[in-house]
Amino acid sequence: MSILIDETTRVVVQGITGGEGTFHTQRMQEYGTKVIAGVTPGKGGQTHLDVPVYNTVAEAVEKEEANASAIFVPPFFAADAIMESVEAGVKVVVCITEGIPTFDMIKVKQYLQSSDCKLIGPNTPGIISPGKCKIGIMPGHIHSQGTIGIISRSGTLTYEAVQQVSLQGYGQSTAIGIGGDPIVGLKFIDLLKLFKEDEGTDAVILIGEIGGTAEEEAADYIKKEFPKPVVSFIAGQTAPPGRRMGHAGAIIAGGKGTAKEKMEALENAGVLVAKSPAEIGTKVKEALGQSIWNEQNKVE
Amino acid sequence: MKIHEYQAKQILNSFSVQIPQGEVAETAEKAREIAERIGPKVVLKAQVHAGGRGKGGGIKMANGPEEAEKIAQEMIGMTLVTPQTGPEGKLVRRILVEEALDIDRELYIGIVIDRAKETPVVMASPEGGVEIEKVAAETPELIFKEYINPATGFLGFQARKLAFKLGLRGDTFKQGVKFITGLYKAFQATDASLAEINPLLITKQGNVLALDAKMNFDDNALPRHKDIAEMRDLDEEEPLELEASKYNLNYIKLDGNVGCMVNGAGLAMATMDIIMHTGGMPANFLDVGGGVSEEAVKNAFKILVSDKDVKAALINIFGGIVRCDLVASGIVKAAKEVGLNVPMVVRLEGTNVEQGKKILEESGLSFHSASSMREAAEKVVPLAQQGQ
Repeated sequence: MSILIDETTRVVVQGITGGEGTFHTQRMQEYGTKVIAGVTPGKGGQTHLDVPVYNTVAEAVEKEEANASAIFVPPFFAADAIMESVEAGVKVVVCITEGIPTFDMIKVKQYLQSSDCKLIGPNTPGIISPGKCKIGIMPGHIHSQGTIGIISRSGTLTYEAVQQVSLQGYGQSTAIGIGGDPIVGLKFIDLLKLFKEDEGTDAVILIGEIGGTAEEEAADYIKKEFPKPVVSFIAGQTAPPGRRMGHAGAIIAGGKGTAKEKMEALENAGVLVAKSPAEIGTKVKEALGQSIWNEQNKVE
Repeated sequence: MKIHEYQAKQILNSFSVQIPQGEVAETAEKAREIAERIGPKVVLKAQVHAGGRGKGGGIKMANGPEEAEKIAQEMIGMTLVTPQTGPEGKLVRRILVEEALDIDRELYIGIVIDRAKETPVVMASPEGGVEIEKVAAETPELIFKEYINPATGFLGFQARKLAFKLGLRGDTFKQGVKFITGLYKAFQATDASLAEINPLLITKQGNVLALDAKMNFDDNALPRHKDIAEMRDLDEEEPLELEASKYNLNYIKLDGNVGCMVNGAGLAMATMDIIMHTGGMPANFLDVGGGVSEEAVKNAFKILVSDKDVKAALINIFGGIVRCDLVASGIVKAAKEVGLNVPMVVRLEGTNVEQGKKILEESGLSFHSASSMREAAEKVVPLAQQGQ
């Protein structure tokens, strides 16, 4: 099982004829993702990478029944691209683009309120349900099918977690990068809610970083109503205040958003927090061990 | 991006936000001239990208043009140390000379993006002139907030509400409403990430002015604000950080002695963290990007080793779309070009890792290799300590 995307997902790629769009569409096709259309305004009617190109997302939805989109358009056009997909009725929008102005994202979030569309990103490696569907730029081959859900604010650090989990013998149900920007679509809580309902997910890894309060909000939710084991790592314990650590969202501002606060909040919610990034894999094993032990206790 | 106080005031003034009369001087003579025109009493303010200037002697009052010249003489060219600059301080290259005003009250107005609510918030407090974090921690009831509805923008009643909460009345109230409204317009029109007036001054005559002004901008939006992008002051930036930004590398200088070079911001922070957990301290944050090229690796390597504080370095690359063999050959080329003057631990993982390791081994250079983050940290920290 998995969340948001699976073998039935039909993907339209916005910006398919561009360099990034072309490269990553090929990788997605190799992985087995059903890329059924592309959109580049003005290039409608062409065929690119064996899929039809349309001028608008609406046409791709109408003619090819696209229900998810991957966005590879430049930052100043990306907000418009997201809203075009929402308007066309696409259910899952994955925006890979990095560098979208914050005010553009504020508008997008306002726009999304009147829709049931799920936005992942921007500035994300994307989402993958191993063996079924990959929408994004992550290396497919490091993933394997399994029962661990992963939610992360970063890219390569997620790959690190995936690998550590694999070394412990676990695969992933779905792994999602929520994006490194201050304002993103789905947040930790939205995804935890989906993982809660997913029978194929036994435990969740939550990889956060400094800046904002999304991890604290997630901790609140976990404490109140998330029944599955959660393991977490927060990057940026050594980051100085007031400096943006690469991601636009990774900044300790006004004394808020430190790793320490986030780790404490998660620990208080019963989350197993890895102090060192090398401990993510072993913590997952520990968490699952505890959970099985608890289950057996319940039966007796 | 950050700008100077005088630049922020210029921007705000163009949105009808009232500021004191003043001008920038780069010489003492100019400071005297300005004082002759707008004085006799003036305030001289050092223009550096750091707060807490008053505490370090960066804000001084002069009773006339002569005194202004004398103070300017001392201030321009001084190294200003404030609680925010660190012990090394900042060189003062220019000062803002402003009319001295009769202060009745000092208030606070600030605008930031509230990330949880995903919209800007305008904050006002009667407790101006002190650090707002302190007010927020000790007397949060004295901070009044108005959230922006993105569909309507900042509304008239919201500005009036805040002005009343600040205790403004009569003509001062009208000026206050105009001030807050103008400030929000400036914030939105420039894609700012912060606009802070602390203190917001009420003069004895009942006028409302920005005594200080701080604005930061969303780096992602700068390409659509050429005029603001031009206000960037390269002198205020760390030279290595500036060099890195030319190659689109994210580099931040830190206090430790273990240099690091990593692909991806999250993994870069995690690498710094594991260095700390192993008993070392990172010398920098350096993210070469998720899709790193051989060229980027080369430039990053050069920046890494040109930091004199680096006694050993850790290169941590998780190849995804990027192949480890490409990264490895970038590292080898750079090391051959600039020399391997500090011990270097390399941890490669992911796509084509075996080929990458082989390239490093066959290079004839003495890299220390590691197969996990933990092993890499455990190798690099003692090497840095030995080099110290």
